Amino acid sequence: MEATSSSTAAPEGTPQEHKPKGRPLAAVTILIGGAGLLVLALLVSISVGSISIPLGTVWQALFHFNPDVTDHQVIREVRLPRALAGVLVGAGLSVSGAVMQGMTRNPIADPGLLGLNAGAGFVLAAMFAFFPNMSYMTLILYSFVGAGIGAGLVFGIGSLSKSGLTPMRLALSGAAVSALLSALAEGIAVYFKIGQDLAFWYAGGLAGIHWTQVKIMFPWVAAALIGAMCLSRSITVLSLGDEVSSGLGQRNGLIRLGGTLVVLVLAGAAVSAVGAIGFLGLLIPHIVRYLVGVDYRWVIPCSGLFGALLIVVADIGARVINPLQEVPVGGLIALIGVPYFLYLVRKGGRGIR
Amino acid sequence: MKMSPYGHLAQRSRKTIWTALILVILILAVFLLSMNLGAVRMTPQDVVKTLFGGGDARQHLVLFTLRLPRIVIALLIGAGLAVSGAVMQGLTRNPLAEPGILGINAGSGLAIMLYASYFPVVTLGTAFMMPLCALVGAGLTAVLIYGLAFKKSEGLSPSSLVLNGIGIAAGISAAMIVLAVRLTPEKYQSVYIWLAGSISGTTWNYVLALLPWILILVPFVIYKARVLNVLVLGDKTALGLGANLDRDRLGLLAAAVGLAAASVASGGAISFVGLIGPHLARRLVGPNHKYLLPVSALLGALLVLTGDTIGRSVMHTGEVPTGIVVAVIGAPYFLYLLAKAKA
Repeated sequence: MEATSSSTAAPEGTPQEHKPKGRPLAAVTILIGGAGLLVLALLVSISVGSISIPLGTVWQALFHFNPDVTDHQVIREVRLPRALAGVLVGAGLSVSGAVMQGMTRNPIADPGLLGLNAGAGFVLAAMFAFFPNMSYMTLILYSFVGAGIGAGLVFGIGSLSKSGLTPMRLALSGAAVSALLSALAEGIAVYFKIGQDLAFWYAGGLAGIHWTQVKIMFPWVAAALIGAMCLSRSITVLSLGDEVSSGLGQRNGLIRLGGTLVVLVLAGAAVSAVGAIGFLGLLIPHIVRYLVGVDYRWVIPCSGLFGALLIVVADIGARVINPLQEVPVGGLIALIGVPYFLYLVRKGGRGIR
Repeated sequence: MKMSPYGHLAQRSRKTIWTALILVILILAVFLLSMNLGAVRMTPQDVVKTLFGGGDARQHLVLFTLRLPRIVIALLIGAGLAVSGAVMQGLTRNPLAEPGILGINAGSGLAIMLYASYFPVVTLGTAFMMPLCALVGAGLTAVLIYGLAFKKSEGLSPSSLVLNGIGIAAGISAAMIVLAVRLTPEKYQSVYIWLAGSISGTTWNYVLALLPWILILVPFVIYKARVLNVLVLGDKTALGLGANLDRDRLGLLAAAVGLAAASVASGGAISFVGLIGPHLARRLVGPNHKYLLPVSALLGALLVLTGDTIGRSVMHTGEVPTGIVVAVIGAPYFLYLLAKAKA
């Protein structure tokens, strides 16, 4: 499945050559550099907006907070939660994409393409309609359930066929399940006249994020990210194929179960907070594997970092391009993600058939 | 050469005639039922009386101005989408190809959304402007997908066509959501209902705008049925049999896009009809396009009319857009096909 490793990976023939090539040096460089860039992007993100606040004030608001200064209030109550939510969502979506791609050996796995977003969207539409006053905590739990329904349908139906779960079948199954669940969500939206509310949410934006959301989301996302790291070694082995993995004494079913839980929690939390941001989970792991190789112990943390960085930068873009009416971040990311997906399809050959 | 698909020609054509006859009877039955159902209930006697000139003014209005154009357009849309799907399946040699999956709906939708964003949505003239917009959107999308999927070395591989379609459709959906958020709530509601696939509020003008497309393109495609039969056998065989591949393929693709675009323009994004119509037709009358295309048209018409009738009679207070009803019936069937498909 790895187009990127073609130049470096040894031919997979004999057992001892199955050890995948990673590039720890590149990965460490990227992690350090990326973390620096992320801090910089966060500072910029906090300072730009409808009123721009000089970096010095940002510094003061963070470390010498004075509740009487309006700028400090804006930073603490509006900008900071927004930036942190971006980090959580971006890391969550990218890592869930990386875990999915590793587990399924499928280069086009992405929470958006595989029905998770639509599933969460459907359940959320039903919740908006029937229980408009529910708490954010309940909302998050239900979007996990929705993501699970979507993913379960896509993978279940995709793998029912005799020839198994090919990337093509997974994509079609994802498209059909998404169409079904979106149709049901639309039906609910039209009937209860909550269409544009739902569209705002679908559009994927970080505007209007509050501390409550960040606080509720944080433990879930953190736990799932740690879980992903614990699984990373097993996923690397699993990405070499089921036989290799069980030959090395791994319990494939158990790893898949753990991986699936991680994916559902990460995608569900992201979708419940900012709506359907597609293509991020597809794009980032590919770029990362290109840079650091196919060892998921490096791929997962680098993906998390890059995903967070991309979304924070895209969110800055969303506010700068049209300050009066923000461009939804999801749209901006699709602008990069779609061409990349098409490029992957065009390169075809390895994996996508 | 194997003769199996075209072996029992006489038997096939007899079977087609019977199938078509049964479908026409079913369509007539739903047609009659559909005239009776709706917010204003009319008994069958009332309907018959009104049809032949009797009935009061209100019954006249309900039947001739509200229900009949809607029923007719449902039939036309269903036929158009199903025939378009049948042609696309033949061209891509992929039984899962469908205008919706291939991004045609999304392309038309984006064009209509742009139109709604920058021009006031007025009733006069829009009946003719909307199809034009949708046609341009669908055409550009088709060209884009076709162009991206085409490789000089391998030509047009069916799977790359489908995957490109899915990618482009996802991208267009994202763009549409971005536009949707910017619309005023009133405009949004009308565009949204349109996008969900609704044919409520159809007037005879819409019927007149769609009719020529169906009347010209469906017979054209049926006339080209032989070419489709040859193309299905694969490029090499088709070349060997002397088909002018590129020109025929382009003509048929243009016809399929035209049919899908005109239908989508009149009825919004109704997906899955183009998949299920041809598929059921293939089961009933076999793979010969001469029989497959007309039976697909009838099945599509029946499906959309039934979906619309259900959509406006299940709820007392409002209606469910037709596209949603059709998707709820169609998507599970698509998934069933996917699970069963061999390769």
